[in-house]
Amino acid sequence: MSQFKKEMIAMILAGGQGSRLKALTQHVAKPAVPFGGKYRIIDFTLSNCTNSGIDTVGVLTQYQPYVLNNHIGIGSPWDLDRQHGGVKILPPYMTVNGGRWYKGTANAIYENIHFIDMYNPEYVLILSGDHIYGMDYGKMLKQHVNMAADLTIAVKPIPIEEASRFGILTADDTDTIIDFEEKPPVPKSNLASMGIYIFKWSVLRTQLIQDENNPESDNDFGKNIIPKMVHGNFTVAAYRFDGYWKDVGTVNSLWEANMDLLREDTPFDIYDKKWRYYSPSTISPAQYIGPHAIVHDTLVNDGCMIEGSVNNCVLSPKVKIGRDSVVQSSVLMEGVEIGEKVTLENAIVMENVVIKSGKVIKGTREEILVVES
Amino acid sequence: MKRMMGIINLSERTEYIKELTLNRSIGSLPFAGRYRLIDFALSNMVNSRIDNVAIVTQGKTRSLMDHLGSGKPWDLNRNKDGLFVFHPDVSSQDIVQRKGDIEIFKDHLDYLNISTQEYVAMSRSYMVASVDYENMLRYHEEKGADITIVYSKVMNGSNFIHCDTVLVDNNHEIHSIGKNMNNTNEVDISLEMYLIKRELLIEIIEDAIQSGDADHLKQCIFNRLGNMKVYGYRHYGYVACVNSLTNYYRASMDMLQPDIYSELFRGERRVYTKVKNEPPAKYANTAVVQNALIGSGCIIKGTVINSVIARGVTVEEGAVIKNSIILQNANISKTSNLNYMIIDKNVTVSAEKHLNGDINHPYVVKKNAVL
Repeated sequence: MSQFKKEMIAMILAGGQGSRLKALTQHVAKPAVPFGGKYRIIDFTLSNCTNSGIDTVGVLTQYQPYVLNNHIGIGSPWDLDRQHGGVKILPPYMTVNGGRWYKGTANAIYENIHFIDMYNPEYVLILSGDHIYGMDYGKMLKQHVNMAADLTIAVKPIPIEEASRFGILTADDTDTIIDFEEKPPVPKSNLASMGIYIFKWSVLRTQLIQDENNPESDNDFGKNIIPKMVHGNFTVAAYRFDGYWKDVGTVNSLWEANMDLLREDTPFDIYDKKWRYYSPSTISPAQYIGPHAIVHDTLVNDGCMIEGSVNNCVLSPKVKIGRDSVVQSSVLMEGVEIGEKVTLENAIVMENVVIKSGKVIKGTREEILVVES
Repeated sequence: MKRMMGIINLSERTEYIKELTLNRSIGSLPFAGRYRLIDFALSNMVNSRIDNVAIVTQGKTRSLMDHLGSGKPWDLNRNKDGLFVFHPDVSSQDIVQRKGDIEIFKDHLDYLNISTQEYVAMSRSYMVASVDYENMLRYHEEKGADITIVYSKVMNGSNFIHCDTVLVDNNHEIHSIGKNMNNTNEVDISLEMYLIKRELLIEIIEDAIQSGDADHLKQCIFNRLGNMKVYGYRHYGYVACVNSLTNYYRASMDMLQPDIYSELFRGERRVYTKVKNEPPAKYANTAVVQNALIGSGCIIKGTVINSVIARGVTVEEGAVIKNSIILQNANISKTSNLNYMIIDKNVTVSAEKHLNGDINHPYVVKKNAVL
């Protein structure tokens, strides 16, 4: 056993539906929603793990897992196809006592205690597969170890008027957390929990078992485990994070996060060679830009053929845009084909949708249109 | 049952393309903004369900080996069969050219002997074409041929200087093989793709070693034209032979024609290549891009017209690139101006530089140069 011992392994909660994304999550879990043309949302968390030197990752799936499973595969794009460790998909399962779905986030980890025990780690990093951000978990672990904490929670300062939408933490000046409230109507602090936790495994293990045995509990980190530890006899620390972090929970916020990538002063740099975001690549040629095309403020992926005019857009692989079409402020997913003389604005177009020549399709900034086939 | 194995023979002459092959073989030349030339030969084979492929190398192989890896992009990382790479025992290029590739085949005859497939498909790395060996095999058996050679009737022979020509009769039988010197007319060019029974190939190689009358495999086959049935299998699609700098430039520019681009890259037969983890290409507000191929990871702020830009290239604001080929990770600075240029990998062109080549003699800036 000892030869497989890992200092820290990561568990990514990826079973959520993300129902506010409507049509976008009808057939895929939220972590598998495409983002930035060539990525899916979970790629950022997986790449952060790889870039932080974490080589053992469990991905807990539940809602519509097929696309997600297929996307992660054996983990090669993230170098997580390893002899010891690597990425493992952990769906709910049957036992001699019957089978059940994961009841809550804490229960999902509880059901996989044996998986974590296999690696006998000192620390377990609990992550959500729903967020877009770049973060070095190694730095967070360093603080966790220095403070000899039982639990460290990554927090991000947010505008106080938004604070009642988040789990809000109050920390003292040593960054020790003294209070936690889930979506408080009158927030005492502006530090939002990012849903990123480092636990001492021995502590979390005990907490999970106690929580499971409590019939009153929702078996949820935010509702049960964290408040109990903050208010109990544990050292709970805040790890402050100032970088870009976005929970793309709605159609509009997903669209906005895509548009963030296009800005000259983009707050989220996907071109940093020292912190690359990985994703499986499609088999397609270099993009072709035709003699009459105009392409401004746009991200374009392999296999695209552009003959029309594109402004402020994110184009996934193999998108085709015909002549005299004008496409603005939109996100086009893989394989979308736009005919000639089409006008398209403020929209997210789903995979492989064909828009016939001459069509005019417009959403608004306030209500981004999702175009389905 | 897989009936064919493949051999890609890289013992190719490089004297007319030496500006680009100082550090690499022709097979590992970057092409069409994303590929290496050998991807076409390899993809033709795996698309024809060949999964036992040997590459016989020559000269500098570091970039080739880096590209091939374990063969995974082509699904050739197999337990049974897969990708094999054979290097000459003495790697100096002139020794190989003097002695010929028969010497290499002799050293690796064991591989041919232990392979189980009935047929061998053979290819070079400098031909850009999409060829289906399965159709070729059907044709080969229909004709009862000993050897089948792919050829193409090309209208402008001057684009295929130094290529082999074939003399084909009305029954598609090949009676002689020659060399295309300065023919500007219609001519039947060999794509140097052969199909032959494995046992026969072994026999030919052993014969050549025993009699010592031929150094090159090609020569051995020519020598037997009279007493074997050699048929031509006509290829009707696009073909280019990248055996000179001019042809490299011309073939690269051909990729800007939507019908050729679609034939080679957007059909059912994919071209596979090593995966790089590049982000999408980013076009700034100031970008002007017309009739161009752009690789992933590029950041385009300047003007790119009639050009092929490989992965990870930065074109700064005010830079103007026309009729040029820019290879990976080059940096083209502000207000520089390039016309008919081939910029090799990792080159930095600093601000206000004006560089001009000629359509028939594009000027090459060597790898890693800082101008």
